Amino acid sequence: MSVKQISVFLENRPGCLHEMTQALADANIDLRGLSLAETSDFGIVRLIVDDVLETATVLKDAGFIASLTDVLAVEVPNVPGGLNKVLGVINSVGINVEYMYAILGNKKSETAYMIFRVNDNEKASAALEKDGVKILDRATLSEI
Amino acid sequence: MGNYFQPEIECMPHEKIRELQNEKLLKQVKHVWENVPYYRAKMQEKGVTPDDIKSQDDLYKLPFLTKDDLRKAYPYGLMGKPLKDCVRIQSTSGTTGQRVVAFYTQHDIHIWEEMCARAIVAAGGTNEDVVQVSYGYGLFTGGPGLNGGSHLLGSLTIPTSSGNTDRQIMFIKDLSATILCCTPSYAAFIGERMKEMGMKPDDIPLKAGIFGAEAWSEAMRRDIEATMGIKAYDIYGLTELCGPGVAFECEDQHGMHINEDYFIAEIIDPKTGEVLPEGSLGELVFTSLDKEAFPLMRYRTRDITSLTHEKCPCGRTHVRMTKLKGRSDDMLIIRGVNVFPSQIETVLINQGYPANYQIIVDRVNNTDTLDVRVEMTPEMFTDNLGEVNKRQAELVDGLKSMLGIKAKVTLVAPKTIVRSEGKAVRVIDNRKI
Repeated sequence: MSVKQISVFLENRPGCLHEMTQALADANIDLRGLSLAETSDFGIVRLIVDDVLETATVLKDAGFIASLTDVLAVEVPNVPGGLNKVLGVINSVGINVEYMYAILGNKKSETAYMIFRVNDNEKASAALEKDGVKILDRATLSEI
Repeated sequence: MGNYFQPEIECMPHEKIRELQNEKLLKQVKHVWENVPYYRAKMQEKGVTPDDIKSQDDLYKLPFLTKDDLRKAYPYGLMGKPLKDCVRIQSTSGTTGQRVVAFYTQHDIHIWEEMCARAIVAAGGTNEDVVQVSYGYGLFTGGPGLNGGSHLLGSLTIPTSSGNTDRQIMFIKDLSATILCCTPSYAAFIGERMKEMGMKPDDIPLKAGIFGAEAWSEAMRRDIEATMGIKAYDIYGLTELCGPGVAFECEDQHGMHINEDYFIAEIIDPKTGEVLPEGSLGELVFTSLDKEAFPLMRYRTRDITSLTHEKCPCGRTHVRMTKLKGRSDDMLIIRGVNVFPSQIETVLINQGYPANYQIIVDRVNNTDTLDVRVEMTPEMFTDNLGEVNKRQAELVDGLKSMLGIKAKVTLVAPKTIVRSEGKAVRVIDNRKI
C-alpha cells in the first residue's frame, strides 16, 4: 500500500520556492507534508497533498516540472524509540531507505507519521504490517 | 535519382559547368571592372586587369572582398548598376556588427528565386505542394527568397512570416501545408508547441522542411524530423550573395549543392589567403557569376567548411559543401579553444534534452567561464536528487569530451529560455575584452 508523492524541480533562484507555494495557495491546496532536498544548483521539493492530480495540474500550469512517486506513509509510535523500531523492521528485510521525512499529524496524538521512500514498497509494507506497523492509504492520510 | 527544377543545369557534366563558369566569369570580371570603381581600385592596387583573367584558374589573382570592404563601401560603393535599374534591397539584421545592404535588379531577383525553386524541388517539392514560408518577411532574405522560389515553382505559397506559433500550426493543418520553410530554431519551437497541443507527426500533412539562416546540428535535424514526421533539409546563403538558396541539400542530406552556374566557390586558408585543394577544411569564398546590381568577387564568408565534387546519388553534379559546424560569426573562443554552439546542441539532444539552451560566457579572474543553461524536462526529472545530479554530471562529461574544455551546466525551469521565431540568440558573452 503506498501513496503518491509529488516532487517538484526548483531552480536555485531567489523567490522560486515562493512562486511554487503561491501557486498552491492560490489554488487553495493544503500541504500535508513537505521536504526539500537541494544542491548548490537546484532543489527538489517533495509534497504530500490530498488531491495529487489537482496539485500536479496546478503546478504544471504554473510552469513547474513535477513527477509522481509511490512512497509509504507509515504510522510511527510517538514514543522514544518509535522510529528506531520501524527502521529496524525495514532494515531486517534488506530494504534501502532513499529518504524519509515527517508529516504533520495531530499534536496530541499518540502516533507520528513519516514518509519513506524505499527501493521496494511491497516488500517493505509487507514486513512492516507483519510487525504490526500501520501503513496509511490515501484516505486515511487525508483524515489525520 | 530525384526531381530537378532545371535538370539541364543541375545535372550538367562537371566539365561543361566549368566551361559555363569560365565564360560567365570573364563577363562578370569585365562588368565589375567597368562599373564598380571600388573593386577596380583594389584590382589596380594588385596590378591585375580583366585581361589577366582567362579562366577560373586565374581566379587566385583577384583581390578578396571582406565584410570590412562592405562596411567601407556602404551603402552604394559596390553597386554594379545605377539605382534606376534596381528593384529591391534586402538587408541583414546587423547582429554581427555592420548592417549589410544588398541591391537587386529584376534579373538578380529572378536568379535568386530560381535557386530557391531548385532547393524546394530538391526537398521533394512540386507545383502540387503547399509551401508555408515561416521565415520573417521584410528586409531579412529568408521570407522573400523562399516565397519567390515557391512562386516560380508554381506551388501554393502561404506567406505566414514568423511568429504567432499557434496560427502557424493552424495553417499547416487547415491548409494542408506540405513543406515548411523557417529557421531551424523556429521549427523546433513549432514542433515543441505541437507536442504541447497533443499533436502527433501523423496529425499534420507536412512532409519536408527547408531550414536555414543559422547553423544547426545533425542531432537537432533528427529531433525535428522525429517531432514533425518530416525530412528536414538544410539551405545556405548570405544576404551579400542574394540570400538563401546559394547552396541547398538534396534527398541525400549529405552536404549542400552550391549553384555553380551562379557562383564559384573556393576554400582558402583563412590565415594566409592561399587556395586549398578540394576536400580541405577552410574558409568559404564566393565569386558571383551572373549578378548585375551587387556583384562580388572572391567574397570571404568567414564560414568554415569543405567542398567535394564526389558523385552525389541524387544525380546533381554541382559541388557540395559540408554542413556548417557553425557560422564563424557564432564561434566562441573560450580559454583558447574554438567552441561552436552547435557542438553543445549535439550533446544536449543526444542526452535527451531539448534544443533550447543558452550559453553564458564570462571572464572571472582572467579565466573564461562557460555556463550552459539547460531546461529541465519532465522526462529527465525524478524525485531522486542523486539521479538528477548524475544526469547533470553526465552532461558536464559529454560537453567536456565534445569541446575539450569544462563547462558548468545549470538546470533551469521549463520555458525560462526565450524561444526564437527567427534566428535564435544562443550566446550571451559577458566578457569585457
